[in-house]
Amino acid sequence: MSILDNRFVSFFKGFVVTGKQPLKPKVTTQYPEEKRPKPERFHGRHVLNRYEDGLEKCIGCELCAGVCPAHCIYVRGADNPPDSPVSPGERYGFVYEINFLRCIHCDLCVEACPTEAITESKLFEFSFTNRQDAIYTKAELLVDDEGKPRQLPWEDWRPGDDRNTSAWARATSPAGRADLEGTPLWSAELGYGLRPAQAGQSDEQAADVPADFDISVREVEAGEVAGVGVRATRPVRRPS
Amino acid sequence: MTSALAALYPGDPLFAKGADLWVWVILLVKLVVVFAILMVSVLFVIMYERKVVARLGNRWGPNRAGPNGWLQSLADGLKLFFKEALVPAQADKVVYRLAPVVAMVPVFVTFAIVPVGGTLTIGGYTTRLQLADPPWGILVMLMASSISVYGVLLAGWASGSKYPLIGSVRASAQMVSYEAALGLSVATVVLLTGSLHTSAIVAAQHGGFLYHWNILRGFGAPFAIFSIAITAEMTRPPFDLVEAEEELAGGFNMEYSSVAFALFYLAEYAALVTNSAIIATLFLGGPDGPRIAGHSVGPVWFTLKVLILLYVFVWARATLPRLRYDQLMDLGWKRLIPGALALLLVVAGARVSWRYGLAALAGSMIALLLLARAIEVGRAGSGKEQGGMPSELESP
Repeated sequence: MSILDNRFVSFFKGFVVTGKQPLKPKVTTQYPEEKRPKPERFHGRHVLNRYEDGLEKCIGCELCAGVCPAHCIYVRGADNPPDSPVSPGERYGFVYEINFLRCIHCDLCVEACPTEAITESKLFEFSFTNRQDAIYTKAELLVDDEGKPRQLPWEDWRPGDDRNTSAWARATSPAGRADLEGTPLWSAELGYGLRPAQAGQSDEQAADVPADFDISVREVEAGEVAGVGVRATRPVRRPS
Repeated sequence: MTSALAALYPGDPLFAKGADLWVWVILLVKLVVVFAILMVSVLFVIMYERKVVARLGNRWGPNRAGPNGWLQSLADGLKLFFKEALVPAQADKVVYRLAPVVAMVPVFVTFAIVPVGGTLTIGGYTTRLQLADPPWGILVMLMASSISVYGVLLAGWASGSKYPLIGSVRASAQMVSYEAALGLSVATVVLLTGSLHTSAIVAAQHGGFLYHWNILRGFGAPFAIFSIAITAEMTRPPFDLVEAEEELAGGFNMEYSSVAFALFYLAEYAALVTNSAIIATLFLGGPDGPRIAGHSVGPVWFTLKVLILLYVFVWARATLPRLRYDQLMDLGWKRLIPGALALLLVVAGARVSWRYGLAALAGSMIALLLLARAIEVGRAGSGKEQGGMPSELESP
């Protein structure tokens, strides 16, 4: 037992531990100025997708509205006009509204949707000054003629926010069957084409890659993270 | 009136020529300045604490309001002043409204006796940078810290609510327990100096950076005891059982809102500044320090010492976990009070002659050993499973 194990001495060792901290880099991310990269499967603002021929994917089935735990989705379907159909099916989403003051971004609507019409982008930085603006209608949710999400003036879209929307849907093997892993069972989208399948459960390389937004104090202390907050170009550790 | 003042403050150069109108004006100005300094320093200290405790925890702390966030406490204060002042239906309304004032006033009274350093000469009138130097001197501090207990006690009692009541009961028990150790360590300093005047205490430590300061006398024991006791008096961490959020949902000031809550906050942080200033006065030589470029810069040294002490208080807050109630009482009654008492005896003996000092030292050692044995026996009798001190928790 050395002198450092003494109870009185160890009392001051605590002060040394905290006293060293001001010299170490801070873990705080200065949010509006610095933004962390978003996780691959981030749940953000919804988009309504279209097929590559420009027809809307939504068929007005209201399954998303039915499954929504927050009751934030309001859908009304209508019969497609025969001479100029809006969607390939019998019916289309005539009214589609999401109240983002209620939405909890659980992604259940995306899971429920039979046609991948609704997916979630990675955009979360949008705010409004009145309750009316919180209700997004089809005019705002539906992608434009290039298939890109409409970037509204109060939204802060960043590169990659629209890439691989609701990526989880493409990460696991469809219907839980291992032999279907990597097989796209989803339809192509206007502007993006057939989105690729993500590395699935059996891909050991992909399985244990840590999310690159997830930094720990230890990494900061080890100097793996430079400066204040997080570098956007921080290398992702991959198991060798 | 004039002669009474001169008799009350015999050494004060301000009353040397009698008290005419300008003397009163100077007094009034000093009063306002002391008040303003303490008020502004509270705004500063809240930010200082938040920033320091953030850095001790790898964070930046508030840095949005104003330059580098230094106006955050001002913004918080303004917000509080525009809140609704609620009085609970169960509250004793008069006492409820009075309690924050009772908590605040003694702190400002205490700061009046702190010598900030040197003298100032304006138009033939020489005055000390100290609001009042009464003959009872440092006793004002003990008096004020006793009275400020009432602020906490009355606030908890008058709220008509359970948690604040528990908080205030804890507060009164804690403050009464540490009052004795506080008074005994102050008495030691007074014995070393031979005067109750804060100006005399500072003057006795003058000359020689650190060498003459009271912190080195008595092997630093009076300083240590006083610092621990004053931390407990202020109910600062690690002695903040009074406002233990986890147990009491905020403690004695739980039912307070708006200006009254702001006053409690003000009193707490003004007490932090004042007591740091008192420690600097009693143990760190007050404004004593080397001259810079031939000028006596007492206030600068004084401010520097207070800032360092404030840092240490915040450092302790960031480091030490809150004491359990029995640990708090053990530390107060079984360690600090006997220790301070023995120290007082030794110092008193040593003031007479070194033989008496040695005799007092030996006697104190025997008494402390007996006390330690008595505590041990008492603890063994009561069973080890209850009220264990950390020493018992250690495995051999």
